[in-house]
Amino acid sequence: MSQQSNIAGQERATLTSYIVGFVTSIVLTVEAYLLVAHHLIEGKSLAAAVAGLAITQFLVQLFFFLHLGRETKPRWKLLVFGMMLVVVMIFVFGSLWIMSNLNYHMTPKQINNYLNSQDGL
Amino acid sequence: MKDEEIAKTTSKTIFGFWLYIMTDCVLFASLFATYAVLHNNTFGGPSGASLFSMPYVLVETLLLLTSSFTCGLAVLAAQSQRKNQVIGWFGATFVLGISFLAMELTEFRHLVMDGNSWRRSGFLSSYFTLVGTHGLHITVGLIWMVVLVAQIRRKGLTPNNQRRLTLLSIFWHFLDLVWIFIFTIVYLMGVVRI
Repeated sequence: MSQQSNIAGQERATLTSYIVGFVTSIVLTVEAYLLVAHHLIEGKSLAAAVAGLAITQFLVQLFFFLHLGRETKPRWKLLVFGMMLVVVMIFVFGSLWIMSNLNYHMTPKQINNYLNSQDGL
Repeated sequence: MKDEEIAKTTSKTIFGFWLYIMTDCVLFASLFATYAVLHNNTFGGPSGASLFSMPYVLVETLLLLTSSFTCGLAVLAAQSQRKNQVIGWFGATFVLGISFLAMELTEFRHLVMDGNSWRRSGFLSSYFTLVGTHGLHITVGLIWMVVLVAQIRRKGLTPNNQRRLTLLSIFWHFLDLVWIFIFTIVYLMGVVRI
């Protein structure tokens, strides 16, 4: 039996873990939806709450569905996952930072000049 | 000895597939970054708040989430060598997945028919690329599911099929994970006024 579970996957999944993951995910999704749909809170705190709920659900599904972090040492999957997170953060926040910086340094006058110069096209 | 070798190959294959999933995450990250940069560039066209129907998207989300769960149940059934249950749970996953895809395509169709296609604005270009790429992954996953179920029906739950089944389940759960962020960043945040 132990050999069977080794063949099916390195980490043996259990029904309880799937049910816990599923129910938690549904609760988090519906909660985020209700917060937005009924304007229970407003503005930046709403955005922060929704982002927080998404990250919580991300972690819940990683643990209960993808069984991350439950492998035996050495934890290569976890290591590569961490590397991926670093690259993703650089991609997303780097892009946003650079593009908002470009917007900031482009004055309205420059934008108008640019638009005028494009009129002939 | 033979079982040990199979287990070794399986764990190597799973790790290799995991590496692929991580690079796919980077692909989606670049699309998310593009969307985040362009989402305000509506070029006088409609913004997300006026286009998206939230109850519709919630149903889509719940469909995909449930399909992720039934896919997990198929893995459990495979662990205890219950072939018919595996086929049954994959059947349920397939129906839920294809309903999700149909809903997404219907949404795309409505947008394009109303003149809000990817050609309308930078916002809509990035929207269609991001959500469309996810939909394409779902399509691939559904085709894979059909092929795998056919193989399981013919040859049973052999070690090879068990391995394929594990890989498909990783792929499917990963698509559900990506959708959480599409649901949150594109749809929920698109409606929130900051």
